[in-house]
Amino acid sequence: MFSYLFLTSGLFMGWSLGANDAANIFGTAVSSGIVKFKKAAIIASVFVILGAVLQGSGTTHSLSELGSVDALGGAFTIAICSAIVVALMTKYKFPISTSQAVVGAILGWCYFTSTVVNYAVLTQIVGVWVFGPILGAVFSALLYLLVRKIIRKSTLHLIKMESIIRFSLIAVGAFGAYSLGANNIANVVGVFVNSFKFTISLGGLQIGSTELLLLFGGLAISFGIFTYSRKIMETVGGGILALTPEAAIAVVLSLAMVLFIFSSTNLSNFSLFLGFPAIPLVPVSSTQIVVGSVVGIGLVKGMHEIKLNTIKTIAFSWVTTPILSGFFTFLSLFLVKNIFDIQVSSKAEIIANPITQIVQPYHVHFPFELNTALVSLLIIALGSISVYFLIARFRNKENERVRELRFEEQMKYSEFQKSLSEIEVNTVQLENTTLASRLEEKRSELVTYSLNLGEQRLYLDSISKVIQQAIDESNLDEKNLILKNQLVTMKQKMSFTDEVDKIYSEAENVHKSFIENLNQQYPNLTHQDKRLLVLLRIGLSSKEISPLLNISIKSVEISRYRLRKKLNLDKDKNLVEFTKTI
Amino acid sequence: MLFSKANQSIELIDKFLNCVDQSLLLFKEGVKNYLYNNTENFNNDIIQLASCEVESDKLRREIEKTLFMQSLMPQIRGDIMRLLEELDNIIDQSKKNLFQFEVETPHIPAEIIQDFVRLTQISVSAGESVVTAAKSYFTDPLSVNEKIHRVYFYEKEADLLADIIRRKIFREMTDLRLSEKFHLRYFTLHIENISDTAEKVADLLSIMAIKRIV
Repeated sequence: MFSYLFLTSGLFMGWSLGANDAANIFGTAVSSGIVKFKKAAIIASVFVILGAVLQGSGTTHSLSELGSVDALGGAFTIAICSAIVVALMTKYKFPISTSQAVVGAILGWCYFTSTVVNYAVLTQIVGVWVFGPILGAVFSALLYLLVRKIIRKSTLHLIKMESIIRFSLIAVGAFGAYSLGANNIANVVGVFVNSFKFTISLGGLQIGSTELLLLFGGLAISFGIFTYSRKIMETVGGGILALTPEAAIAVVLSLAMVLFIFSSTNLSNFSLFLGFPAIPLVPVSSTQIVVGSVVGIGLVKGMHEIKLNTIKTIAFSWVTTPILSGFFTFLSLFLVKNIFDIQVSSKAEIIANPITQIVQPYHVHFPFELNTALVSLLIIALGSISVYFLIARFRNKENERVRELRFEEQMKYSEFQKSLSEIEVNTVQLENTTLASRLEEKRSELVTYSLNLGEQRLYLDSISKVIQQAIDESNLDEKNLILKNQLVTMKQKMSFTDEVDKIYSEAENVHKSFIENLNQQYPNLTHQDKRLLVLLRIGLSSKEISPLLNISIKSVEISRYRLRKKLNLDKDKNLVEFTKTI
Repeated sequence: MLFSKANQSIELIDKFLNCVDQSLLLFKEGVKNYLYNNTENFNNDIIQLASCEVESDKLRREIEKTLFMQSLMPQIRGDIMRLLEELDNIIDQSKKNLFQFEVETPHIPAEIIQDFVRLTQISVSAGESVVTAAKSYFTDPLSVNEKIHRVYFYEKEADLLADIIRRKIFREMTDLRLSEKFHLRYFTLHIENISDTAEKVADLLSIMAIKRIV
């Protein structure tokens, strides 16, 4: 029964994995409201347990081979230390890998107990850490292209398409949960395989310790999904890339495929059968594959979609997680062994003071292997940094280009605004000039009118005097003579010669430039023609001009016709309009 | 079974779009009947348009309920509801305008009747084009922009024609009283508003189509 108590740390690890990693599978679907949390949790739990029990033994076996943790106390310490590191890193929002924490902790245990590390397995695991996200990126990019093409080519109604997407998200989510259970169960129970020996008999059915561990691990993950993943799922929408449902299908399917590839014994055997090397069955980080997948989609959509800080933190956690976990486990094992006096290894001899002898096992026993591990870590770190800088450079170039384009657009806009303002200023100036000339016209009209009024008054006064003189005259002949003379004067006055001259001179004053232009452009025009043109420009009609020029309306019309000929005007052109253009 | 809820929503949306189309046709016929003094037909058009408006409101509420209750398209249902609301505005506008013809009985001089008929046709064409574009949004988002282009064209044409009519009313028809001129101006504005509302829907649709394509 005591051994079950030691399992609690592993179950805590399972709970933590369920709480965090289920969001990678159903995060987009739940946060976008496409699938309700309850439904997502039930599907994820069922398929995680199925994956763990049916296909979890491959990766679990690999992890147990890395360092044979043969005492429950050691396994407990490894599991609790890695779970604490995972919890800490999650708290500070690093995309943590549970398997990296567990592997680091196992290495810490190996170092503490001077156990030989299986470096072949370690190399495979480290290789998969690098290769997994790359594979995820490739898969998701291809899948995204495929999904996008299908959606774009489809003529299905939007709502029907939405139903298909919803169904697909649930289906790939179930596949993802199955693969997560199959692959990541090793992180939960892998360290207990060599130390937990317990069997249960149910009638004729005997359940071995590994199967029991897998079942317990699966249940712990499910418990984590139900109790704590909701918050993470609902906030995952604001993660490294706000995923559309179509992109989420590609990401989750790519995650499921990568997890499945690295956990399926049958697939590994099939690869061997085809003559290829066996696929290593090792636990991989679902978070990092998701990040790789999202980067893959970002590459398809355009580099600006990728949040570089996230890649930087992944590279950071790749290096720091195993080291931190290993170091923490080492210290914890020391405390567990020396303070609580719990056996952490079945070996009788454990170094008395590991801290003082820290250099010895490192250099004497495993110089080559540890160097290889360090070189691997260094390569990973360098690779991550190079990728980061490459992407950063590309993004800087993109930003530069966008900035230049924006600047050009702004320049164009300001040029346009400038020319518009110029046009506006010109229009206002033109309007002002027109108004000024109209004002001048009106003023001179008023002057002419006043003058006329005065003159007419004088003239009428002279008529009234003559008429009075005629009335006063008693001689009839004299009377007739006075009236006859007055009639002649009046007829002479009716020729309006003086008035016309005055009007013409007034008009000449107001329309000086018109007369000048007329003289320049049409030097062959007679005085009469020019006079007619001025009267037309003032806006007088033929009917109004005829008394002024003392000719009939018909004659004015004929004069206008002749003038048109002289000016070479087309039939469709208006003479009055023409005078205004000169 | 898988698509039963989806099919139900599709049917409702299709019905709603058909209702918008129908109301535009009724508005066009109604204005023509008014202009040519077919009073009986005009009254029938008003009654049908009113019932169409009631039906469309009912359908819109039902679609809203279905989309939210069945959690359909959580990311874009807000946009879709806004689209339906804007389309519903076209029906409301048509009904309001036709009622204004009935209540205010504007005197439309014979020389501008043809212009009014043309203005109505063009304005309604903008509305019809936007309904086609909305239908395409659901099945073929790539072709939405191409269809929206027609809406913008008709809207511009309607604006031009309305300006011509107004100019004619105020500059050439000197025997009309100023109050009559104002009245006619308002009616050109009412008819023109249909195409303006269609343009608003087109703006919204173009953004929604981009969202779907990207």
